[in-house]
Amino acid sequence: MRYHYFPGCTLKGQAKNMENTTMAAAAALGIELVELEEWQCCGAVYPLYEDELITLLSPVRTLAAAKGEPLVSLCAACHHVLKRAQELMQRNEEARKKVTDYLEVEYTGEGRVLHFLEVLRDDLGFDKLADMVKKPLEGRKVAAYYGCLLLRPSKVMQFDDPENPTIMEDMLKAIGADVVKSPYRTECCGAYLSVTEEAVARDTVSRIIDSARSVGAEALITACPLCRYNLENCAAEDGKEPLKIYYFSELLAEAMGLQFDQLMSAALERRRSSNGNK
Amino acid sequence: MPRTGVFICHCGTNIAGTVDIEKAVEASRNFPGVVHADDYRYLCSEMGQDLIKKAIEDNKLERVVVGTCSPRMHEGTFRKAAAEAGLNPYLLEVANIREHCSWVHKDIEEGTPKAIALLRAAVAKAVLNESLDAPELEVEKRALVIGGGIAGIQAAIDIAEAGYEVDVVEREPSIGGRMAQLEKTFPTLDCSACILTPKMVEAAQHPNINLITYSEVEEVKGFVGQFDVKIRQKARSVDPVKCTGCGVCYEKCPAKASSEFEMGLSKRKAIYVPFPQAVPNVPVIDRDACLYFRKGRCQICEKECPPQAIVYDQKDEFIERRYGTIIVATGFDQMSPSQYGEYGYGQHPDILTGLEFERLFNASGPTGGKVVRLSDGKPPKKVVFVQCVGSRDKARGMNYCSKICCMYTAKQAVLLKEKVPDAKSYVFYIDVRTAGKGYEEFQRRAAEEYDVAYLRGQVGKIFPEGDHLVVHGVDSLSGKIIEIKADMVVLAAASIARADAPDLGRIVGINSDSYHFFNEAHPKLKPVETHTAGIFIAGACQAPKDIPDTVAQASAAAVKAVGLLSKDFLKGEACTAEVNQAECSGCMYCEAVCPYSAINPVEIEERYHGGTLKRTVAEVNPALCQGCGSCTVICRSGSVNLKGFSNEQILAEVDAICLQR
Ligand SMILES: Cc1cc2nc3c(=O)[nH]c(=O)nc-3n(C[C@H](O)[C@H](O)[C@H](O)COP(=O)(O)OP(=O)(O)OC[C@H]3O[C@@H](n4cnc5c(N)ncnc54)[C@H](O)[C@@H]3O)c2cc1C
Ligand code: SF4
Ligand code: SF4
Repeated sequence: MRYHYFPGCTLKGQAKNMENTTMAAAAALGIELVELEEWQCCGAVYPLYEDELITLLSPVRTLAAAKGEPLVSLCAACHHVLKRAQELMQRNEEARKKVTDYLEVEYTGEGRVLHFLEVLRDDLGFDKLADMVKKPLEGRKVAAYYGCLLLRPSKVMQFDDPENPTIMEDMLKAIGADVVKSPYRTECCGAYLSVTEEAVARDTVSRIIDSARSVGAEALITACPLCRYNLENCAAEDGKEPLKIYYFSELLAEAMGLQFDQLMSAALERRRSSNGNK
Repeated sequence: MPRTGVFICHCGTNIAGTVDIEKAVEASRNFPGVVHADDYRYLCSEMGQDLIKKAIEDNKLERVVVGTCSPRMHEGTFRKAAAEAGLNPYLLEVANIREHCSWVHKDIEEGTPKAIALLRAAVAKAVLNESLDAPELEVEKRALVIGGGIAGIQAAIDIAEAGYEVDVVEREPSIGGRMAQLEKTFPTLDCSACILTPKMVEAAQHPNINLITYSEVEEVKGFVGQFDVKIRQKARSVDPVKCTGCGVCYEKCPAKASSEFEMGLSKRKAIYVPFPQAVPNVPVIDRDACLYFRKGRCQICEKECPPQAIVYDQKDEFIERRYGTIIVATGFDQMSPSQYGEYGYGQHPDILTGLEFERLFNASGPTGGKVVRLSDGKPPKKVVFVQCVGSRDKARGMNYCSKICCMYTAKQAVLLKEKVPDAKSYVFYIDVRTAGKGYEEFQRRAAEEYDVAYLRGQVGKIFPEGDHLVVHGVDSLSGKIIEIKADMVVLAAASIARADAPDLGRIVGINSDSYHFFNEAHPKLKPVETHTAGIFIAGACQAPKDIPDTVAQASAAAVKAVGLLSKDFLKGEACTAEVNQAECSGCMYCEAVCPYSAINPVEIEERYHGGTLKRTVAEVNPALCQGCGSCTVICRSGSVNLKGFSNEQILAEVDAICLQR
């Protein structure tokens, strides 16, 4: 199984850990993720105005670079922007023409745009994953936190049922964790309000954390760097029982039996080979 | 050339305002065949009709053309007048110079030549008209009602009281429909069973009513006055003649299944009557649940039944009968809210639909009439009602308003307060719609005297937390996010068409709207008729509605049915298709397109080079043909003609319009 891979900026900095653990786990699972050459920012935020085309230039460029072959990303925000940009290219001929003419690329919305979790579910299969797990996370009470970007708008993202998703819980089950479910798992984490309206963000995020604790979770998983940032800050500062926040890939790598030094050497190898590319 | 008269109507200023009548009369005089032309202010008036009749007699007219409104309005009026003057009614032709002309043009300059062209075309067709006779069709004096809810019961009683026999086909083991599941009914809070049961009994005992329960209609053929219907009577496994209704069988039966009547909230036995007041009070064996049918062992009911009424080897039976008219009254269903993940329906026993909650009030319901939480048996002290679940929801549900939920939510909140006096109700609503006699007053009373808090807004999330259900909503009037720790949540799920409504529609030959509710022939003026003559609809199968509207519609449908049955003969369609068999190649394309199955292949013998040759050609059954003309269009050799609209006549009209000026 070979895929184009779009990392996005955060995964090269703040969220390096999500990339490192995913890469190592993917390799152990026989999934090859090949980083796109000379990729740029995903656009960061999908524009709210349909005629604001300038922010679509970089995601469409990325989509076109995949040449119609499956394109995988890890960061929920990147996946969100790529998937929605693709849908607009399929649906809005005028926007498509303008953007592709400007970029001088040919792209008509083709190719599968996947989040890595979808690769696990739809291409590898959670049953197969369960078979390949080396160190099941027995007895660990883990809850999934989805946030908004992967799920909504559901007609476009087609990721899972936006009100009652199961994909992360299914992954947790496959890697042997003791899954607990919190009712706030699809609620907004406060997003960028943590910068501009701290009190509002704190309110929403502490509800998520408290609710996860109340169903007995020791840890939460997420696929979004921003969600993780907000959740982690809150969980660390409220002085209550500890609640660990992980990227889904960290627990995945752990269940695959990958140790810290293996992860680091894999990361180093990648760094070198990508340097060699240049 | 037949002697033709032209009569032009002013229709007040409706026509005269945009058509120069004098000019049109003048022009008409010069059309080939026209020997007389005149105009009148209102031709449809008695004096107008007399004018036509007199002119027919005085001028010995053989064809008449009227330039008036649409033939849909007054063709019948003028044909009748012509007939009274001794002319075959089909020799009269209408030129629609109102809807097709004066109403769509702004001024006399445009309107006048168009009216003249239309008149010229009508005259060109009229001179080719032939005398036609509509066939007389016998009417079978018996009605069929499909569905035995309150709509079907009411319609059957009305027809029976008018003196005609009526069969009611009900799918379930008992008649009664949804109304039998209800506790008390808004706006007067009379007990549903108390007002329904007498009607059920009346229907069962009426000498003119024949209840065919546990049955379904499988096939409908024929046409108004003579529908040939095949009904499958499912095997009950109980002999209804011997059964005394003692109930020993279901008392002793060891096998259980989920009760449909209780919306799955409790169990019933494998042999069962759906509810205590069932009519007929004869059990059925659910063969999927019965131990004897599943494993070949048990037969307890057979041993216990005093009159030995159990018949395991009973088979489905078919009833084939002819009916003059059919009323469809198959009612509605409730949408399952499980597609709304945020409401958590199906994941917690205290999140119920309106119909499920209704059952908790009922003395014979799953809780014996105690309003308690199904999770722990405690009476709920805080109940949140959510209206419009699946209704008025363009994105994920139905676009329409289900019409009854505002009222039954208010009703249930009132009933709750009566059963659990310290209970508090909250109702989340988009709008409260209470159009109906006494409805607004009822809802206001609920809010003001029964302490029901109405919150304008929607609910975003419902989830269990400890003993409670946490309801997150927004009060859009104060702009506040609201969190209620409730003991129970009731979802007013949308009323939807029965899942099999499209299938039944296909069998019976009536169409439905995009939501699968059956279509009426006209939204205002023909609310119980369908586009198929002789078939009527009533009740919630047409659109969501409450009991008063359902009953009114049922009686209306009954009047239509009785009107039909009161005739010995019906006038059939005179303008039917006819095949020129000498030219027909037997491709039978016409058979394929005929919506009334009026065309069949027949074998004819022809002389050919001295010998005889057999070949297949098409033949139209004039009794079935409705004159739609589909066959005439599909026929490649032009061998099918519609009487009164022959190819020749249509072309003459076209020529008259195109070859002028
Ligand atoms: C929770 C709730 C509370 C309500 N409370 C009130 C109230 O207080 N006051 C009020 O006025 N209204 C109330 N209503 C509305 C009321 O239930 C309806 O107006 C009424 O039941 C409509 O009657 P119907 O005969 O048209 O349909 P139904 O009651 O649905 O009856 C249709 C019958 O046809 C049968 N059937 C279906 N398909 C077939 C088939 N293919 N062949 C043979 N038989 C078939 C069914 O088994 C059923 O017996 C309430 C509705 C709900 C959901
Ligand atoms: S035991 Fe026999 S008589 Fe009594 S209800 Fe059952 S079938 Fe009828
Ligand atoms: S034979 Fe079937 S219906 Fe009769 S008692 Fe046994 S399980 Fe019940």
